[in-house]
Amino acid sequence: MGFDAATAAVQAALDAGARYADARVMHRRYESMSARNGDVEELTQHESIGLGVRALVGSGWGFHAVPELSDAAARDAGRRAAAIATASARVPGPPIDLVPVEAAVASWASECAVDPLGVPLSEKGDLLVRATATMREHGADLAEGLYQIWDTTKWFVSSEGHRIDQHIRECGGGISATSIGDGETQRRSYPSYRGQYGTTGWELVASLDLAAHAARVAEESHELLTAPQCPAGETDLILGGEQLALQIHESVGHAIELDRILGWEAAFAGTSWLDLTRLGSLRYGSELMNVTIDPTIPGALGSFGFDDEGSPAVARDAVREGRWVGVLAGRDSAAVAGLGHGGSVRADGWARLPMVRMTNVGLEPGPHTLDEIVAATDDGVLMDVNRSWSIDDKRLNFQFGCEVGWEVKKGRRGRMLRNPTYTGIGPLFWRSMDMLSSEIVPWGTPNCGKGQPGQIGHTGHPAAPARFRGVRVGVRA
Amino acid sequence: MMELAARVVELVRRAAGPGAEVEVLVTRAELALTRFANSFIHQNVAETGTTVHLRLHVDGRTATGGGTRVDPDGLAALVERTRAAARLVPPDPAWPGLTAPTPVPAGPTLDEATAFASPDDRATRVRAFVDAVEGLEAAGYCRTAYRSGAFVNSAGHSAVGRAAEAAMDGIARTGGADGMARQSADRLADLDGAALGARAAAKARAATDPIELPPGCYEVVLEPAAVADLLQNLAWYGFNGKRYAERQSFAALGTAQFDPAVTLVDDPLHASSLPFDLEGTPRRALPLVAAGVTGAVAHDRRSGAEVGTGSTGHGMPGGSTFGPIPRTLRLLPASGDAGGGTAAGPVSAGVTGAVGDPDTAALVAGVRRGLLVSDFWYTRVLDPKQLVVTGLTRNGVWLVEDGVPTRAVRDFRFTESYPRALGPGQVLGLGRRPIRQPDRVDGSWWEAPALRLASWNFTGGASG
Repeated sequence: MGFDAATAAVQAALDAGARYADARVMHRRYESMSARNGDVEELTQHESIGLGVRALVGSGWGFHAVPELSDAAARDAGRRAAAIATASARVPGPPIDLVPVEAAVASWASECAVDPLGVPLSEKGDLLVRATATMREHGADLAEGLYQIWDTTKWFVSSEGHRIDQHIRECGGGISATSIGDGETQRRSYPSYRGQYGTTGWELVASLDLAAHAARVAEESHELLTAPQCPAGETDLILGGEQLALQIHESVGHAIELDRILGWEAAFAGTSWLDLTRLGSLRYGSELMNVTIDPTIPGALGSFGFDDEGSPAVARDAVREGRWVGVLAGRDSAAVAGLGHGGSVRADGWARLPMVRMTNVGLEPGPHTLDEIVAATDDGVLMDVNRSWSIDDKRLNFQFGCEVGWEVKKGRRGRMLRNPTYTGIGPLFWRSMDMLSSEIVPWGTPNCGKGQPGQIGHTGHPAAPARFRGVRVGVRA
Repeated sequence: MMELAARVVELVRRAAGPGAEVEVLVTRAELALTRFANSFIHQNVAETGTTVHLRLHVDGRTATGGGTRVDPDGLAALVERTRAAARLVPPDPAWPGLTAPTPVPAGPTLDEATAFASPDDRATRVRAFVDAVEGLEAAGYCRTAYRSGAFVNSAGHSAVGRAAEAAMDGIARTGGADGMARQSADRLADLDGAALGARAAAKARAATDPIELPPGCYEVVLEPAAVADLLQNLAWYGFNGKRYAERQSFAALGTAQFDPAVTLVDDPLHASSLPFDLEGTPRRALPLVAAGVTGAVAHDRRSGAEVGTGSTGHGMPGGSTFGPIPRTLRLLPASGDAGGGTAAGPVSAGVTGAVGDPDTAALVAGVRRGLLVSDFWYTRVLDPKQLVVTGLTRNGVWLVEDGVPTRAVRDFRFTESYPRALGPGQVLGLGRRPIRQPDRVDGSWWEAPALRLASWNFTGGASG
C-alpha cells in the first residue's frame, strides 16, 4: 500500500506540471515511558501513518502531506504539492538542479536483536521503577527514568525511478537524579540526560544496566549540592565523551550543514561561519581532529540505508587531520554548491519536508586513554554529561554547562566541582585539542531541532574524552 | 469530529465496561508555511491531519494513547493498545478524575480567510516583504494555521472549538548585519509584509559596522521579541505547576518577587487558541503575577488536585512529564503613568533605524548609558531554581548614550537570572504598545511591550 500511494502522488504531481516529484509514506509507532520516584509516571503510545509529496515546478518547491493513503487522497496530495510549488514562483529563485543519484530499487532494515516494542510493558516498566526507586532510596529528591522507542517503516518513490522501503527501529533510555538545595538544584544522569539512543533493539537499553548506576548518580547529585563551585578562569579542560558528543553536534555538525552555509536557514537556525571557498583548505582544528559523516555505523542513531531523497548511505570525511573537507548536503543544495553528492536529507515523519540533517557525525579514535589524559594534566578541570548548551547563529560562540566537574591537579582527579561551565569560539577551541582518547562511543542525540515547521532529528556522534588547552571555565550569573 | 470522539468513548466503554473513565480529544489541523531565504521562496509546505488523543482509567490504572488513523481498524487498534497498556501499568492512586460537564466559552472569533489561506495568499506577503527590503537579502516565513477540536468524556462533558492564526517572521541582511520583524495575528490580513520588511531592512542597515564592547552589566532596553524569550522561560520553568510542586521553580506564591511594574497573565482567549485544554477544562485568563506579586502557577487536573486548587486549564500532551505550562502569556503594558510607562518618543534620533517605534524610543530616551537589544537567541537554563539562563543577542544591538542609540554593537553572550533581572526595583520602564510574538508552534504566543531594565549580565563578547 505504501508504494502504491507514493506512486500515485508522484504521478499526480507530474501530471500537474512538476518536472520532478518524490513521495514518502511513513508508518511510525512511538512508545515512551517515564518513571518518577519509583512509580511509572507516564506511558505514551502513538501511531501515525501518512504521505508527504514534494514537487518541483520550474525553480519552485512545493510539499503537501496527508494522513490518508487512498488513491484519491494521494493524487490530491500530489496535485496540491504542485500547486504550492507553482505559488513559490511568485518569489522565484535561481534554477534548481539535483545532483544525480542512481534510481535505487531496494529494501533496508536496521539491525535489531530484540524488538523493543515486543518487550512486555511490565518488564520495561519494572526496569524504570527499580532504578528510580533505588535513586530515591539513595537520597535523590527527584528520581527520573525514561525510555523511548521509534519503529518506522517508510516507502520512498521518485519520478526518477526510486522505489525504496526501509524499516528502522530506534530506542534508548536513561536515568537522572536531582537533589534540591537552598536556591539551586543539582542533577546527575546516567549514561546521559534522557539517556543513550541508537538505531538498534532493546539490547541497547538492557546493556546500559540502569539499575546498577542508580545509587551512584543519586549520591553524586546530593554530593554536588555542597561541592565547591567550579573556579572561574582559563585552564586546561578535559571533556568526557558524552559532553564532547554534544560539542561535536553543535559546533561541527550544524556548522557543516550545507543549507546553513548557503543561507537557507538564516532567519531561524542560522547560518555558518564556514565559507565554501575554503572547503579543503580551512584549518578547523588540531591535527588530532578527524571527523566523519558516516550513516553506515551499525547501531548508531544517525544510521540508515538511504536518506529521504533516495541517496544511499555513504561514509565521507568532514574534517581530516584538522582540515575542513566535507559537508552535509542534499541533492539540491549540493548542486547549488557545485558538489557531487547529497546523502544527508531526512524528514521527521510523513508530514515534514525532507531537509539537510546530520547523520552520524563524529570523531575517529585518538591515541590516548582518559587515564592517560588525566595523568598528563598538571592543572585543569574534567567535565562530563551535558546540562545546558547554547551557541550562536553562526555556530561559533558557545557556552556549555555540565552536570559534574572534577579538579585535576598534578595528574590526578581530585575534588568534585559543581556548576561547571565552559565557553569558547569553535575553531579556536578545536585547534586547542591536544589529547584525544581512543575510547569511542557512538552517542545518540534524539532531540535535534531544526526547520520551520519544526522537525526533531535523530543524530549520532562518535566521541571520546579529549583535552583542550586554555579554555575559559566557570562562567556564571 | 464530535461524532468521532464520541465513537471512541463508546468503543472503550463497550470493551472495558461502563466503569471505564474515558476522555477523547479529536483535533483537525490545516497548517501551512511559506519559507524564504536569499530573497526567494525555497520551502513551501502544507499539511492536513487529524489526531485522536485517548486517555482512559480502568480498574484504578491510567493509560494514554494517540494516533492519526481514524478508520475503524485504526480506532479499534488505538483502543486495544491503550487498554492493554492500562492493564500493565501500576495503579494510579492520584487519578484526578474527569472534567465534569462545564460550560466552555466560544473562544476568539475565527477568521475563515486565515484558516484556509491559499499558497498565493502567503506568497503575496512574502513578495511584499522581499520588495520592501529594497535589495537587501531577505529570509523568514509566513505561516497560517487552523485547528478545530472536539472533546468528549464519559462523565458527560463535551466541548468544541476552532482557532486560526497567522504569523510572519523575517530578517533583512546586509554586510553581515541582520534586522528582524516578527508578528503574530488572528487574521492574515493584519500582517503587512511590506511594513515588516521595511522595519527589518531599517534595523539591518542600522546594525552595520558594529563595535565590540566589553562584557559586563549594562542597563538595557529589550524589544518585544527579546521580552518574549523572558516570558517563555518564565512560563516553562517558573509558572509550571509540576516544577513548582517539585520545588524546582523559583515561584513563591504571595511573594513580591518581581518589580511592581510586572503583571503577567496567561490569557488564552485573548487570541488564537482553542477554548479548552486536553482534558476538556475551559481555558480562562490566569493572573500569574499582579503588580510584582507572584499569585499562581499553571495546573492540569493532576497537578491541580495535588495542591488542592484544581485545574487552571493547562492540560497538554506530555504534561505528566514536562508539566502544565502557560503558553499564551502577556506582559501587560504600562497604562497612564503606572509601571514606569512613558510617553512616546522620537524614533529618528541617533543611528537611523535602530529604534523602530515611538514606544521603544520613549524607553531609550531615558537611558544614560546602556544597550538596546532586539532579540535573544538559543537561551538555555543553567539552573532551573534561580532560572539562570545563558544565551546570545541576535538581530541587532546598539549602544545608547544620553538617550540616543549611537553605535551598533557586536552580539553578546549573557548569563542572567531572569527573575532577578525583573526583580523589585529592576524595571525602569515599560512600553505601552504590546506586540504579539509567535511561538515556534501555532496555538502558543508571547505578547509584551518593550521593557527597560536596570541591569543585564553580559558574560562574553563575540570574540569569546
